[in-house]
Amino acid sequence: MLPAEAARGGDAIDLVWLVALVPLAAAVVNGAFGRRWLRKWTGPIATVALGVSAVLGVAILFAVIGLGHEASRRVTLYEWIGVGDFHVGATALVDPLSAFMVATVTVVSLLIHVYSNGYMAHDRGIHRFFTWLPLFVFFMLTLVLADNYVLMFVGWEGVGLCSYLLIGFWFEREAPYVAAKKAFVMNRIGDWGFTIGVILTFLTFGSVAFHDVFPKAAEVQKAEPGMLTLIALAFFLGATGKSAQLPLYSWLPDAMEGPTPVSALIHAATMVTAGVYLVARSTALFAAAGPALLVVAVVGAITAIFAATIALVQTDIKRVMAYSTVSQLGYMFLATGVGAPIAAMFHLATHAFFKALLFLGSGSVIHATEEQDMRRMGGLRRKMPVTYWTMLVAGGALAAIPPLAGFWSKDEIVGAAFTNGYPILWGVGVFTGALTAFYVTRALYLTFGGEPRDQHLYEHAHESPQVMTIPLLALAVGAVLAGIVLGFPPEGGFVHRFLEPSVAVEGAARHAEPEMIVVLALAAASVVAGLVGIGIGLAMYARRRPDPAALSRAAGPAYTLLVNRYYVDELYDRRFVDLMRAAFGAAWAFDVHIIDGIVERLGALARLIGSQGRRLQTGLVGNYALSIVAGLVVLIVVYGGYATGILRR
Amino acid sequence: MSALVPLGAFIALSAALFFIGMAGVLVRRNAIVILMCVELMLNATNLAFVAFSRRLGLLDERGSVFVVFVFVVAAAEVAVGLAIVLAAYRNRPTVDVDEVKEMRG
Repeated sequence: MLPAEAARGGDAIDLVWLVALVPLAAAVVNGAFGRRWLRKWTGPIATVALGVSAVLGVAILFAVIGLGHEASRRVTLYEWIGVGDFHVGATALVDPLSAFMVATVTVVSLLIHVYSNGYMAHDRGIHRFFTWLPLFVFFMLTLVLADNYVLMFVGWEGVGLCSYLLIGFWFEREAPYVAAKKAFVMNRIGDWGFTIGVILTFLTFGSVAFHDVFPKAAEVQKAEPGMLTLIALAFFLGATGKSAQLPLYSWLPDAMEGPTPVSALIHAATMVTAGVYLVARSTALFAAAGPALLVVAVVGAITAIFAATIALVQTDIKRVMAYSTVSQLGYMFLATGVGAPIAAMFHLATHAFFKALLFLGSGSVIHATEEQDMRRMGGLRRKMPVTYWTMLVAGGALAAIPPLAGFWSKDEIVGAAFTNGYPILWGVGVFTGALTAFYVTRALYLTFGGEPRDQHLYEHAHESPQVMTIPLLALAVGAVLAGIVLGFPPEGGFVHRFLEPSVAVEGAARHAEPEMIVVLALAAASVVAGLVGIGIGLAMYARRRPDPAALSRAAGPAYTLLVNRYYVDELYDRRFVDLMRAAFGAAWAFDVHIIDGIVERLGALARLIGSQGRRLQTGLVGNYALSIVAGLVVLIVVYGGYATGILRR
Repeated sequence: MSALVPLGAFIALSAALFFIGMAGVLVRRNAIVILMCVELMLNATNLAFVAFSRRLGLLDERGSVFVVFVFVVAAAEVAVGLAIVLAAYRNRPTVDVDEVKEMRG
C-alpha cells in the first residue's frame, strides 16, 4: 500500500478480504467438524457467515459509491508469487465493477443459503453441502476481486471445482456423477483457453495485472497485430466454457442433476456469469482486439436463439430454466460484443435475481411434489400461492415485461445491438425475446395453470416452509425493482454512471446517442415481441388453439430435432468422446506394455542376479574365512608386486 | 633390544605364529578353537609391532602403543565371539561351525 493511501482513514474497502474469508472460514469449520459434531449447525453457520459477507459486500458497494467517479483501489494482502520479473499479488481490485459484482454475489448467495436450510434439511449429506456452498462463494469472490489474471484463475478453477462437487452431490445415483464429470471436462477445455490467454498476456505485456495490461492494449495491437486478437479469443474460449456458450454449453443442462439451490446459485446466478465478467473486465483488451468483439457478439446471439429453441419443448421444469440460462447468458455476451458491457453487467444483475427466483421456485415445486416433469403437474397455483406468484413475477421479468427487472436490461442489450450498427443481431435478439416469453409462459402454465393432470401428485403438494418462501419473496422484490432502481432512465441510470469508469476505453469513439423516438420504438418492438410470445403460449396451452400436440405432429422432424436438443450430445460423443476414448486407450496400452514392461524387465533382472548371488552365502564360517584369506593374498600379491616393481611396467 | 637376537628372528616367529593361527581358523571346526586361533593371529601381529617398536625405540614408540589398541579390540572380539558361540550352543548343543548353517542364503 502506498504511504498516501495508508494516511487516509480506514473504511469498508480495507475489510474487503473479509468478504471472501468469512465464507471460507465457515467452509473450513463445517468441513472439519460438520460430519461428527456440527451436523445440525452447518446450515446456520454457513448462513451467518454469508450474512456477514453480504453486509460487508453491500457496505463496500456503498463505500465505492461514496468515493465517487474515480473510485478504484487495490488492497494487497501479500505478494503471492515473485520470481524474476513475474509478480503476482494476492491483491483485491475494488472498483465499481467488482463492487457491483461482489454485492450481487453476496446478496443472492445469502438468500440461497437461507433457502437451502429448508430445502436440504432432511438430506444425509447436509454437512458436505454446507461445506462446498460457502467454499464456492469464497472462490467466486476471489475471481471477482482479483486484480490480475493469475489470481482470477485461482477463483476460476475453484468455482469449477465446487461446481463439480455440487453437481455430483448425490453421487450414489449415476446421472449426477456423470453430469459432474461432463461439466468438469467441458470446463477444462475452456480453462485451457484461459491458461493460453494468461501465458500469452504475460509474454506480450510482461505482466498479468489488469492495471499494467489494459493501458497498453492499444499500443500492443499496433505493434503486433493479431497477437491481441489471439489473446482475446483465448480468454473468450475460457468464457464459453464457464458461461456455457456454444460450443461448450452442453454441460449446463446436465448440471441440473445437482440440488436445486446449487442450480440457482452456481448454474444460474453467479458462476456461469464469470465468463461475462471476464469479458466485461477485459473490455479494454477486447475493444482493442479488432474482430474478437464481433466473434463474442455473434457467438452470444447464436447461443441465445439456439438455446431458446431447445427450451421451447423441454418437459423437465429445471431443464427449461437451464436452457433459458444458456440463452440469457448469450444475451450478455451479445451485449459485450456490440460494445455495451454495462448493459451486460446490468442484465447479469437482474438475471441473477429473477433466474435464481425461477430456480428456487422450481425447487419449491420439486420439494412439494417430488416430480420434475411438468406434464404431470398443473393446477398447483391453488396449493402453492407464494411460489406461484413469485415465479409469475420472475417469469414476467424473464419475458421482459415492463416494468419488471428483465425488461430494462434486455431491452438495453437489444437496443444497443441496433444503435451500434448490428441490425441482424438486433433481429435475432427480438425474435429470441418472443421465444423466451413463449417458453416461460408454457412452463409456468403447465406447472401452475389449468386443472391438475395427476390427482395423486396434486393432493400431496403443499406450500414450502417459510425458510424457503421468504427468500422467494426477497428475490421477487429484486426481480421487480432491480431494473428500475439500477437502470432508469435507460442509458443514464445509476448502473451506467456507476460502471462507466470501470469499462471506459481511452480513445474509443462514443456511439452517437440515439434519438428518443428510436429508443421508444426499439423498446416497443421488444415489448410487442414478448407479448406475442406470451399470447401464443397462453393460446396454445390454456385454450388449446392451436393444440400443442397437433402442432408438434405437424412440425414433425423439426420437433424431433428440438426434443433431441439438435443431437449435439450425440454429435460430441461420436466426434470427440469416442476419439478421445481411443486415444486414451492407446496411451493406456503404451503405459501398460512399454513403460510397465521396462520396469518389470528391470525387476526381473534384479531377481535373476539375486537368485544366482545367493549361492555365495553358504552359511559356513569356514568358507567366509577362506574368501577373506584369498582376498588378503590377492591384495598382498598386487600391492607387493607394485611395491617391488615386478608388476610395474 | 638385545643385539644377540636379530630382528629377522622376531619377524620369522611372528609370521610362523600368524600362519599357524590362520591355518587353525581355516581347518578347525570347533568354534572355541577357531576363536583361540584368531587370538594367536592377533598376538602374532602384536609381536611384530613390539619388535619393530623396540628396534626403532628412540625414534618411534607408536608400535607399542598400537599393541594396547589390539588388546582392547581382541578383548571385545572375544567377548562378542564367545557370546555368539554360547547363543548358538543354546540353540543347538554343538560348537561345530559346519553344523551351524542358518545363515545360508
